[in-house]
Amino acid sequence: MKSLAELQAIKEKMQGKVTLREGTDEKRVVVGMATCGIAAGARPVLNAFVEQVNAQGLAANITVTQTGCIGICQYEPVVEVFEAGKEKVTYVKMTADKVARVVEEHLKGGKPVAEYTIGNAKV
Amino acid sequence: MIRAHVLICGGTGCTSSGSNAIQQAFADSIKANGLEDEIKIVQTGCFGLCALGPVVIVHPDGTFYSRVEADDVAEIVTEHLLKGRVVERLVYNDTGSDEPVHGNVALSDTAFYKTQNRVVLRNCGVIDPEDIDEYIAMDGYAALGKVLTEMTPDEVIQVITDSGLRGRGGGGFPTGRKWALTAPNKAPQKYVVCNADEGDPGAFMDRSVLEGDPHCLVEAMTIAGYAIGATEGYVYVRAEYPIAVARLQIAIDKAREYGLLGKNIFGSGFDFDLHIRLGAGAFVCGEETALMTSIEGNRGEPRPRPPYPAVKGLYGMPTVENNVETFANVPQIILRGAEWFASMGTEKSKGTKVFALGGKIKNTGLVEIPMGTTLREIIDDIGGGIPNGKKFKAAQTGGPSGGCIPADLIDTPVDYDNLIAIGCMMGSGGLIVMDEDTCMVDMAKFFLEFTVDESCGKCTPCRVGTKRLLEMLDKITSGKGTLEDIDELEQLCYYIKQNSLCGLGQTAPNPVLSTLKFFRDEYVAHVVDKKCPAGVCKDLLTYVIDKEKCIGCGMCAKACPASAITRTDYIAPNHKLASFAIDPDKCVKCGACVGTCKFKAISKQ
Repeated sequence: MKSLAELQAIKEKMQGKVTLREGTDEKRVVVGMATCGIAAGARPVLNAFVEQVNAQGLAANITVTQTGCIGICQYEPVVEVFEAGKEKVTYVKMTADKVARVVEEHLKGGKPVAEYTIGNAKV
Repeated sequence: MIRAHVLICGGTGCTSSGSNAIQQAFADSIKANGLEDEIKIVQTGCFGLCALGPVVIVHPDGTFYSRVEADDVAEIVTEHLLKGRVVERLVYNDTGSDEPVHGNVALSDTAFYKTQNRVVLRNCGVIDPEDIDEYIAMDGYAALGKVLTEMTPDEVIQVITDSGLRGRGGGGFPTGRKWALTAPNKAPQKYVVCNADEGDPGAFMDRSVLEGDPHCLVEAMTIAGYAIGATEGYVYVRAEYPIAVARLQIAIDKAREYGLLGKNIFGSGFDFDLHIRLGAGAFVCGEETALMTSIEGNRGEPRPRPPYPAVKGLYGMPTVENNVETFANVPQIILRGAEWFASMGTEKSKGTKVFALGGKIKNTGLVEIPMGTTLREIIDDIGGGIPNGKKFKAAQTGGPSGGCIPADLIDTPVDYDNLIAIGCMMGSGGLIVMDEDTCMVDMAKFFLEFTVDESCGKCTPCRVGTKRLLEMLDKITSGKGTLEDIDELEQLCYYIKQNSLCGLGQTAPNPVLSTLKFFRDEYVAHVVDKKCPAGVCKDLLTYVIDKEKCIGCGMCAKACPASAITRTDYIAPNHKLASFAIDPDKCVKCGACVGTCKFKAISKQ
């Protein structure tokens, strides 16, 4: 170890890998992963969120996790975004392709993607 | 991409309750479910709640699973990791509230953790101790970098002095002053020594730090080396800690590979290297001069002080010797500042203290609390109270060198000076809780037996004195003592304290003195009434069958290994069969009969 910069480089490389354990309450992305959700394709959605949150360097402030059946099976895969002091946003019929916009516009930009939310869903 | 971490405790406690098998089961099950690219398994150090081991934590939710068995693993994987449904029956949900809690309970929500303040243990149970990169991610080696590139040795010592850090091994000597006394001494070689010879029965603070966060010690010792001008360090750790030794060795090797030990660290021109020395487990080797004698390859015996190690220590050179927990505070103090550290604790005792909770307590384990927390909070809130509804009687701090805190002093804020004021001592952090069924004379005898065994024999007051003390205690607990014996016992205690060569002898009588101070009536009961109030000392007990309650079923007679119970001629009114009686000459006082009697006719007197 010849310099502080070297140490800093290791720290930055590792940071995303351990922040997962510290837990953050700022924003939580919860993917419904009951049997219905998995059958409808929730796993690629979950993995896409994990990948893109990390790739964008948002892992320190955003927790991506999963939950059981949310109860609206016809809308699966369902993703809920919780943020302290704000109303919960529920995205329905998610796909891995839709994730990029949610990460970019909502998680990064702070503006929910209205057309994916449950309010605009057609059964 | 990894989306969840499964943390499995690999401390000594959980390892012995089978955490290795659980780790293997997780690996198999995660593979079987095709999740190996999404879930990472991490073996960590001690989480602290050893009574509930093996412990498994799932992040990012922080779900805290306790007493996990290999058969439970498949369910956790398919339910929690795959479908996101917490396996509720395995979640430890004691949050201290009366209402039962359902669903996900994170470790930080439990009553055991809520009031703790983890500085020394901050990485224990959080990082993989065998992965140097994880330590670096948690600001590891940043303090060393700061010290070597921005600070002079004097500035480092000043920060440690200002923080108010005192030796955590038990003595409580100010760490900054110790360093300041060593730094100016000129010598061809100086040493930094870490005392990891944790010998108190029931204490495992240092072991947990070594197992859970070994790099922290490597970093702190290097900082100490820079501060006092030493280029070599030794960690003296007992061979009975195989996991700790192995992880420390991995940490040292990794640090060398990264250039964090060795020549020209951080390009500063400062060299430092570390070596491990294994001790054979002699208690006296925890005494600083005996420890250094042992490192030198000689029989572990203390030597007179002065000269102090600061002047003439290891190999006759100036040496700083600190305990593991003391060192573990150092990197945090450097990074967060002396004011931050001094803001925790009491006026003269700053920071936090780690305690190993044991004995008659629900949550056996490792806790870290700010100095000045009351014993009541430690026992009732964090420890979960005394099991089986028994009453708290006393707590022993400092193991065989310490004393007891009785129930009426339970609100004493725990710090160095308060404990000394009540005739106790902080010690290294063993905290043994005793309930109403503990005989205090017997307890003092237990610790005396330990010190008699462990006395190295170099000085007479300790070698002969502790043996005589033990004989007197034997006499008292066997019912042959007199009131004069109690006075003699007390006098001999003071004599040993004043005349012994080292800390072992000087503190060996403490358990006797403090029980005499707070529980003299129990000693008197043993010699005058020939009774043991707690019902522990066998020679003073008699088991008796109440002939009016006995229905004559004979269950007790069947259970008696000594055939001491036989039928009498007496038939109690309302009963059909003749009652039984115990022959006191044959009775071996094992107590086996008591449990067999459904009519509670047998009692200890």
